[in-house]
Amino acid sequence: MEIGSGMNSRDLDLHEGHVIEDLRNSAVAGLPEPSGWLTEEIERNIITTTVDKFLNWGRKTSLWTETSFTACCTFEFISTSSSRFDIARFGMEVLRSSPRHADLMITAGTLTWKMAPQIKRVYEQMAEPKWVIAMGACGISGGIFADSYSVVPGYNRILPVDVYIPGCPPRPEALLAGIELLRKKIEKRSIAKGS
Amino acid sequence: MTVGLDYNRIIDVLPEDLASGAVAFEAHGLVIQPEVLTGIAAFLKTEPGLELDYLCSITGVDCTEYFEVDYLLYSLKLNHRFTLKVRLADRSEPVIPSLTGLWLGAELQEREIYDLLGITFSGHPEMKRIFLWEGFSGHPLRKDYGHGH
Repeated sequence: MEIGSGMNSRDLDLHEGHVIEDLRNSAVAGLPEPSGWLTEEIERNIITTTVDKFLNWGRKTSLWTETSFTACCTFEFISTSSSRFDIARFGMEVLRSSPRHADLMITAGTLTWKMAPQIKRVYEQMAEPKWVIAMGACGISGGIFADSYSVVPGYNRILPVDVYIPGCPPRPEALLAGIELLRKKIEKRSIAKGS
Repeated sequence: MTVGLDYNRIIDVLPEDLASGAVAFEAHGLVIQPEVLTGIAAFLKTEPGLELDYLCSITGVDCTEYFEVDYLLYSLKLNHRFTLKVRLADRSEPVIPSLTGLWLGAELQEREIYDLLGITFSGHPEMKRIFLWEGFSGHPLRKDYGHGH
């Protein structure tokens, strides 16, 4: 029985009575709780998240470094990557000899103009998304060689740099702080913004 | 320990035509004219009792008034050493004979000196820049090389 314009008060009362009767007849047993169908196994193993969070988590916890180290800051990186400072805590212990596998370029050292085209080429061979950390005074500005005829005054002349770490050279703690900054930067990325 | 050879001992045995090219003995080195460099180097390398058969290094120096090229020679067999110095007064186009014919190892260092000081080594098989790139302007280890060169 449907409600229509020609219905009088009595018809509306009858309609109300039918609705109540139907509901009462169908509600013979108690409804289960909403998540009752989930087994314990499923509840323990499924986590809901956003695509952004999931991607950024994956990216920031497996930053693979390209091995393209040009000078002495390299030794601080080597120290950082070995057991005492243990870069493996951040999923970064895998150093890649091929730029195709790498996410991160750490510019550990002075860059000469003669070497610059090769470094730029290595950067361009890295797959997106990719990041650059300018490590040390030379990486930031050319350092004490900034006025030299042969030295690039800062990697940002040829590559976009994400994080700058001052020092000559920076100690491993400083490098780790820089890596932590980069991880925070990666956390803020969003595929919706196209970054 | 390696012994530095006595200047007089060298002068005594040098043939007349080569000895005339020796100018002086200064700072543990025999200063010679560029014209006799190849002759004296070949003589020192082969002469029995000297046998300076190993060219350890070549150094280019800008002494402001002139360029100097120093050759440090060793005898591996007799364990002594000797230094030759050649001075080039012409700053605009300094030229010196190459020693690549005697020691092939001279090839790299002569190119380095050409690159950074602009001294040409005549007879060198590949006289071109080595550390800097083609098209680089000037020779940066010259004392008159300045900023914005």
